Amino acid sequence: MNKNKEQLLNKRYKAEQRFRLYGQSAIFMALLFLTLFIFKIFSTGYSAFQKTWLIVPVTFDAELMMLEKNPSKVDIQDADYYDIALKSMADLDLNANEDQENELKRMVSYFFEKEIKNELLNDPSLIGKTKEVYLTASDDLDQVFKGNYPRDLPEDQRRVSDYQLKIFDQLVANGKVESKFNISFFTNADSREAELAGIASSFMGSIFSILVCLMIAFPVAVLAAIYLEEFAPKNRFTDFIEVNINNLAAVPSIVFGLLGLGVLLAIFQLPRSTPLVGGITLSLMTLPTIIIAARASLKAVPPSIREAALAMGASRMQTTMHHTVPLSMPGTLSGTIIGLAQALGETAPLILIGMVAFVNTIPGSPMDPAASLPVQIYIWAESAERGFVEKVSACIMVLLGFLITMNLFAQIIRHKFEKKWS
Amino acid sequence: MNLILFTFIVLLGFTSYYFGRKKAYTIQSTKKRLTALPQFYGYYLAIWCAIPAFIIFSLWAIFEPTIVKLLILSDYSNQGYLDDELNLIYEKTKALSRGQFTGEITPFIEASAEKYLSLRSIAQSSKVVIVLSAIIASVAYAYKRISSNSRTREPVEKFLNAVLFTASLAAILTTVGIVFSLIFQTIDFFKVIPLFDFVFGTHWYPAKAFVRDSSEALDPTMYSDTFGAVPIFAGTFFIAFIAMCVAIPIGLMSGIYLAEYASYKVRQYAKPLIEILAGIPTVVYGFFAALTVGPFLKELGTSMGLEVSAESALAAGGVMGIMIIPFISSLSDDVITSVPQSLRDGSYAMGATKSETIKRVIFPAALPGIVGSILLGVSRAIGETMIVVMASGLAANLTLNPLESTSTITAQIVVILIGDQAFGDPKTQAAFALGMSLFLVTLCLNIVALKVVKKYREKYE
Repeated sequence: MNKNKEQLLNKRYKAEQRFRLYGQSAIFMALLFLTLFIFKIFSTGYSAFQKTWLIVPVTFDAELMMLEKNPSKVDIQDADYYDIALKSMADLDLNANEDQENELKRMVSYFFEKEIKNELLNDPSLIGKTKEVYLTASDDLDQVFKGNYPRDLPEDQRRVSDYQLKIFDQLVANGKVESKFNISFFTNADSREAELAGIASSFMGSIFSILVCLMIAFPVAVLAAIYLEEFAPKNRFTDFIEVNINNLAAVPSIVFGLLGLGVLLAIFQLPRSTPLVGGITLSLMTLPTIIIAARASLKAVPPSIREAALAMGASRMQTTMHHTVPLSMPGTLSGTIIGLAQALGETAPLILIGMVAFVNTIPGSPMDPAASLPVQIYIWAESAERGFVEKVSACIMVLLGFLITMNLFAQIIRHKFEKKWS
Repeated sequence: MNLILFTFIVLLGFTSYYFGRKKAYTIQSTKKRLTALPQFYGYYLAIWCAIPAFIIFSLWAIFEPTIVKLLILSDYSNQGYLDDELNLIYEKTKALSRGQFTGEITPFIEASAEKYLSLRSIAQSSKVVIVLSAIIASVAYAYKRISSNSRTREPVEKFLNAVLFTASLAAILTTVGIVFSLIFQTIDFFKVIPLFDFVFGTHWYPAKAFVRDSSEALDPTMYSDTFGAVPIFAGTFFIAFIAMCVAIPIGLMSGIYLAEYASYKVRQYAKPLIEILAGIPTVVYGFFAALTVGPFLKELGTSMGLEVSAESALAAGGVMGIMIIPFISSLSDDVITSVPQSLRDGSYAMGATKSETIKRVIFPAALPGIVGSILLGVSRAIGETMIVVMASGLAANLTLNPLESTSTITAQIVVILIGDQAFGDPKTQAAFALGMSLFLVTLCLNIVALKVVKKYREKYE
């Protein structure tokens, strides 16, 4: 009997340990996913911040450029650069036949003509001379140089030919290939060519959308929270509003996209694909989040503050506006920032209102068509080119960087400025 | 133009505030008692400046386009055009007046465009005049009231109260807007496709319903067997089920561990780290699922001799599950921590171990709250879009094999509505009908979940 009891006790202790282990492994799993995830994004994305350049000697032959003697700035601007650009690429292999010359040309981005032109515009004295110019490598060679390209695939399954690889390897051996920080990733708009694509347009699109969202959602939400928390009589109507807010907070984001499409675009005829519509849609989505946060922080202001103000003869409106609301602001603001961070990461509603359109200009106002960072991630992730994979990861890194900064900011506001009532 | 006028009105508002306050000081200097603080005199005047401007502005925005359109189209009224054609003419006129017209310019349209431009300029200038005179009139009235030292605080506060109340209606307006945007398209959709076919049909090929030539009559038989939503609904719940299979055990166990076992230090770091998972945008999860998990599962399956689609329900559901872990863990953590200590103490006093206490006492006590959190998680899973769009297929297969690709309500909405939409087309309407069903399902889940959680909270408060 005693032995039985001991066995039972052992069994129970074992069960206790097992249960504990389950809990630990659950937490471990969750954290493992997180690390795996971040590791994956960083390991595929960090290389996008580097860009590969080919250093190619270019002879600025005045005849080929159709330039006369002592050309003016305008002449240089209008000169024909295609021939010298082609020639300088073709000269990389003097024995190249016509097909091979074409392949040589495709080793750099189609932007190469302009890069040569800029070189001359910077230094017009180069005419008639030869200079080594940095040309953006094509996205495939960029990937080859970064070691992300499956070179051992059979030739017909990859876009880089053996011939291009041979020439490229020669260039590498001669030190004519260089990798530099990829500024154009931050300054260029989207492009069909991976080596030229940048996040500037989607970044501005995101900024504009978030600003519109902030300008609409913040005042409305704060005013609504003040009413519901400080003035609303307790009746069925305010209960109804409350139920509405709680439900809206849990409505799937894509439904807000349908709202934007069906009401803002179809009925109000607002311009499609613009951060304006995107921002309004997002503001409707963040509204409940901010209202809930603002109410919570109004609720946290102790009644003694209100009573003191009322006792001094302030009206209810004065009490609220002069004392309660300012004291609740840190909490409200940090809730707002968290809501905005959510809105910044939102994709589906923006797709529905047409912010997925291919935009290769940088928007200058909320009324210009634009994408947003998460939508840009989606667009690039859907495109087949290998060069875009690292761009997606890099874009994700930028987006995550933003979200982390915003959340930290919210934390700081909360901890620094929020009064602790004991 | 509007912007200049607007800035001007704002400036006027500030000036009236200043004058109102100044008036109050002059009244004060005559040793009369003020009825309110001097600022209120200022606010009073500023409000009287802003209200008429605002009202006229909004009325103008509502009625100007309609009236201009009526005036333009009155030229064409006796020529037997159809409504659609008239609308087209009006659109052309507008495009031409903006200089964005491409196509043949007929003298008729040119004349209309000129008329349109002149009407617009008349409207603009009359708007400026009307707004300004209304402001002057109402400010003059208010100034007179201030001068007679009548009450200002009460009206100002009443006005503020009204503003606050209006703001609180925003939530209701949003809900109304959602229902409104969904319901008309949905009704139109069910006029063409019988409800029965939608709910019980098993074939979903919206691509078959190509954009219809508007001159053709709508032929409902064309769409039979096109919009059967069963595969979509099944796919949605299937992927949500897979997600919950990942999220419930991990989320619940981490919630329990954090609430009952973890030391303060572990809790302090682990909880926010897990919550980071909730803050990662879903498009990032989608990319992760499509780029890493999908190919990984495919390779794993091939090595075991299974045929796995690169875009499998398992990949999408699994990653979605990871996303939902923090929702369940935080909520169940909260729920478990709010179970009264006396229940635990009672159980320990009877000699129960910690895990026995959790399993037999705390878990049953916290069950309603946990169920509520799980329901909220399910509602998230059903409404999740980007992961499915990117990682699971877009073809609607009716299958229960997690290794094949399936599609969901949200993914189909995106597929249908990405790019240009033609309103009035059954395909577009189908997306709204799907949106309606999604809204209703998540609404029910949310209401039930919130009720359950609320009831549970009240029980222990």
